[in-house]
Amino acid sequence: MTSITQEQIREHGLSDEEYARIKKLLGRDANLVELGVFSVMWSEHCSYKSTRAHLKKLPTKAPWVIQGPGENAGVIDIGDGDACIFKMESHNHPSFIEPYQGAATGVGGIMRDVFTMGARPIAMMNALRFGEPEHPKTRHLVSGVVSGIGGYGNCMGVPTVGGEVNFHRSYNGNILVNAMCVGLARTDKIFFSAAKGAGNPVVYVGSKTGRDGIHGATMASAEFNEDSEEKRPTVQVGDPFTEKLLLEACLELMATDAIIAIQDMGAAGLTSSSAEMADKGGSGIELDLDKVPQREENMTAYEMLLSESQERMLAVLKPGREAEAEKIFRKWELDFAVIGVTTDTHRFIARHKGEIVADIPVTSLSDAAPVYERPFVKRAPVTGQPAYDKSKPVAQSLTKILATPDMASRRWIWEQYDYSVMNDTVVAPGGDAAVVRVHGTKKALAITTDVSPRYCRPDPFEGGKQAVAEAWRNLTAVGATPLAVTDNLNYGNPQKPEIMWEIVAGIEGIAEACRALDFPVIGGNCSLYNETNGEGILPTPAIGAVGLLKDVSKLASIGFKRQGDVIILIGETKGHLGQSIYLREIEGKEEGGAPPVDLAAEKKHGNFVRGLIEQGRVDTVHDLSDGGLLVAVAEMALNGNIGADIGQASLPDAIPFFFGEDQARYLIAAPFAEAEKIVADASAAHIPVTELGKTGGDAIRINDKDRVTLTKLREAHEGWFPRFMGREEIPLTN
Amino acid sequence: MKSAVIVFPASNCDRDAATALEEMTGQKAAMVWHQDSELPEVDLVVLPGGFSYGDYLRCGAMANQSAVMKAVKAHAQRGGAVLGICNGFQVLTESGLLPGALMRNAGLKFVCKPVTLSVEETQSAFTRKYDKGQNVSFPVAHGEGNYYADDETLNRLEGEGRVMFRYRDNPNGSARDIAGILNEKRNVLGLMPHPERVVDPLTGGTDGRALFQSLIEALS
Repeated sequence: MTSITQEQIREHGLSDEEYARIKKLLGRDANLVELGVFSVMWSEHCSYKSTRAHLKKLPTKAPWVIQGPGENAGVIDIGDGDACIFKMESHNHPSFIEPYQGAATGVGGIMRDVFTMGARPIAMMNALRFGEPEHPKTRHLVSGVVSGIGGYGNCMGVPTVGGEVNFHRSYNGNILVNAMCVGLARTDKIFFSAAKGAGNPVVYVGSKTGRDGIHGATMASAEFNEDSEEKRPTVQVGDPFTEKLLLEACLELMATDAIIAIQDMGAAGLTSSSAEMADKGGSGIELDLDKVPQREENMTAYEMLLSESQERMLAVLKPGREAEAEKIFRKWELDFAVIGVTTDTHRFIARHKGEIVADIPVTSLSDAAPVYERPFVKRAPVTGQPAYDKSKPVAQSLTKILATPDMASRRWIWEQYDYSVMNDTVVAPGGDAAVVRVHGTKKALAITTDVSPRYCRPDPFEGGKQAVAEAWRNLTAVGATPLAVTDNLNYGNPQKPEIMWEIVAGIEGIAEACRALDFPVIGGNCSLYNETNGEGILPTPAIGAVGLLKDVSKLASIGFKRQGDVIILIGETKGHLGQSIYLREIEGKEEGGAPPVDLAAEKKHGNFVRGLIEQGRVDTVHDLSDGGLLVAVAEMALNGNIGADIGQASLPDAIPFFFGEDQARYLIAAPFAEAEKIVADASAAHIPVTELGKTGGDAIRINDKDRVTLTKLREAHEGWFPRFMGREEIPLTN
Repeated sequence: MKSAVIVFPASNCDRDAATALEEMTGQKAAMVWHQDSELPEVDLVVLPGGFSYGDYLRCGAMANQSAVMKAVKAHAQRGGAVLGICNGFQVLTESGLLPGALMRNAGLKFVCKPVTLSVEETQSAFTRKYDKGQNVSFPVAHGEGNYYADDETLNRLEGEGRVMFRYRDNPNGSARDIAGILNEKRNVLGLMPHPERVVDPLTGGTDGRALFQSLIEALS
């Protein structure tokens, strides 16, 4: 055996200390195959070595949580024997290098995480971050990512029902592509990944293994530099057709009772799926790599173990059930091979051409992986109300804001996604939360993804809280009871103490909000090292969340529905302009502190609004977030094609009143008689409530003087994206 | 009315079609696997939307080679009704049951949105419950729905009253705004928009119901 050189250790993204630890665990030098296995299993992406200590702070339990973090996806009970299974995951690094395939395989990977647990995927969401629009790569990346998401999701026949998109220069060299999948299963038919017991056949199903994606997990755990283009060969190539067959075949096999454990081959492919299954089952596993279906000739053990070829699953079956399973996969024209067996040795053993090429204690790949308490430097949160020009006309600023990259309509994007397939989409993209009916019932799931990265840089803790609060509010605004969260923590290099602080504070903020709102975190993903040439992204802890509507006929949506409805504001307006869209887009300043989040007020106001929806008293609700009050009014007006006449209340200055981004607020529109009752009920409950004005007409009129027509607002709102994407292609230079 | 829905590998609107048929007819549709060479005894065969065979080679081209298509063609030959929606329409043009072809959308992008269609003809088993000239809203969801045929064929389709639906605001560049056409014997309809997605007021509207009601009246 040739010994491992220092250069090889570096190439595998491991430190000398880590290699010393590997030697100790093995009791000898590693061979190259084993070094590869350790490098992926101990990568940040697979081992969470920088964040594990802090992720423990997240609340993960509630009576309705069936499965929290640690499985392929989290599971919640939604009543009547139905379970909802969901997770969000990043595919940031590959999407920057090869946007179409990176995004497509991100979608495919998260879908497998969900259907490997026995669920049929019923909805997809995504959270996307791109660099500034003027950056020469941005349009190429937007175009590629959107068509990649659509190309994969549309073919799968799973509706992509919404998401969020931001543009900011901090993502110029590191875009974020976070995809979320929501699925449905029966509570008594959920499949886990613990390969319990010895002597059970390990079967490989799906596509053949090729040389693509080798070391994808390691790439995702390093910073980018100018040479990142050279990493294109480590991006996987997706085939949604095969995935669709794999989905149907797996669900067909899951209808039998032949499966002991099943897991998709995602990051670190065959290695991580087999090692994790053995680890969770407290067993060992032996793989015969000669039996692995191969797409290319002369593949080495190293390549097979580390390939991230897509559309593959590993299952452990009950002995004797192989033929039955094989028949199903053959029907769907997929590969099927028994490639190994579980053992009681607690070792991960791989053989190739008759020789043992890897022999590693299973726990050394999991529990014994390094956990780092990385040092961090606390930074005092930025505070203070920045200055602004009080004379700027409000309606003109509104029109301008609606045509900015972050606030313009995303129609150009979502019309490329099939959002109505499966016939259960009740609220399509463009609302506060998407609503998807639970097929054949009157229940529905509300789904959202949220984070405001501009709040997270000046105040990572409040920013983390706010992301959770906004997700909770979005679910509430359609009438759903928020149930659980999946988090996708996108940050820079954790080895920098100031970045590590952003991570720690972000997690603590999320934890505090989730605890206060009974909103457990049931799964998630960390994407660190989102840096290029030493510049980190804005901290972006994206929150994906799911809520339940017990009766979908009691539902609220954002569009105004009647002329003459009274527009009511719930919640207190202090006029917080720090880090607001207004300040950035109109004053050109990214200054001030993040808006503070009062979680008790969030809960109280939200529960009040949800109560109104559940009682069938209101059908028109919008939560207040980016852009503040006036932007929300405009969105409601544009969506319902009915104008509004509103007046300023409660603050002396118009700009902070109309554009401040105070939290815990909702707008409601209701007919006069009901509106009066709502105001009385809110006052009685000591909830701040304000009558702002009335719906009607074809314009937004502000304080009787300032006015802008819906036609003009619509032009501004709908025009930006198509104009931006329709410009002549800028040639790409590397 | 008895119906069957053909399931090709990566059909993905098969369940939607079956759900709509069950809702409208009160009877379950038979799901027929692409490798079956015989159809159950049915009045209507639906070729559903999706990405049969991954749309590889050319949309609908490989589905047309599957065993079940011989049986579908025989069913059509006998005068049985065939409804091809979206990918199903693509399969029908590939199979020669309908003339023309469906090309990449003029905008080169997948497009999903509700579109307004005018019902051009009501003399058919598929459209008799609509009013002539009626505007209806169906969603489209396709990347390759740009209908093409030569002028002679288009003139013939129009002259024979076989253009059944036209887009009011053409989303894909289709020749003469054509959204759906009938075969010569008037028993095979192909259309790109999805009538099966508009049978429930909660999920997009009910404008598709009349198409199924027409079939029920004509075929039962």
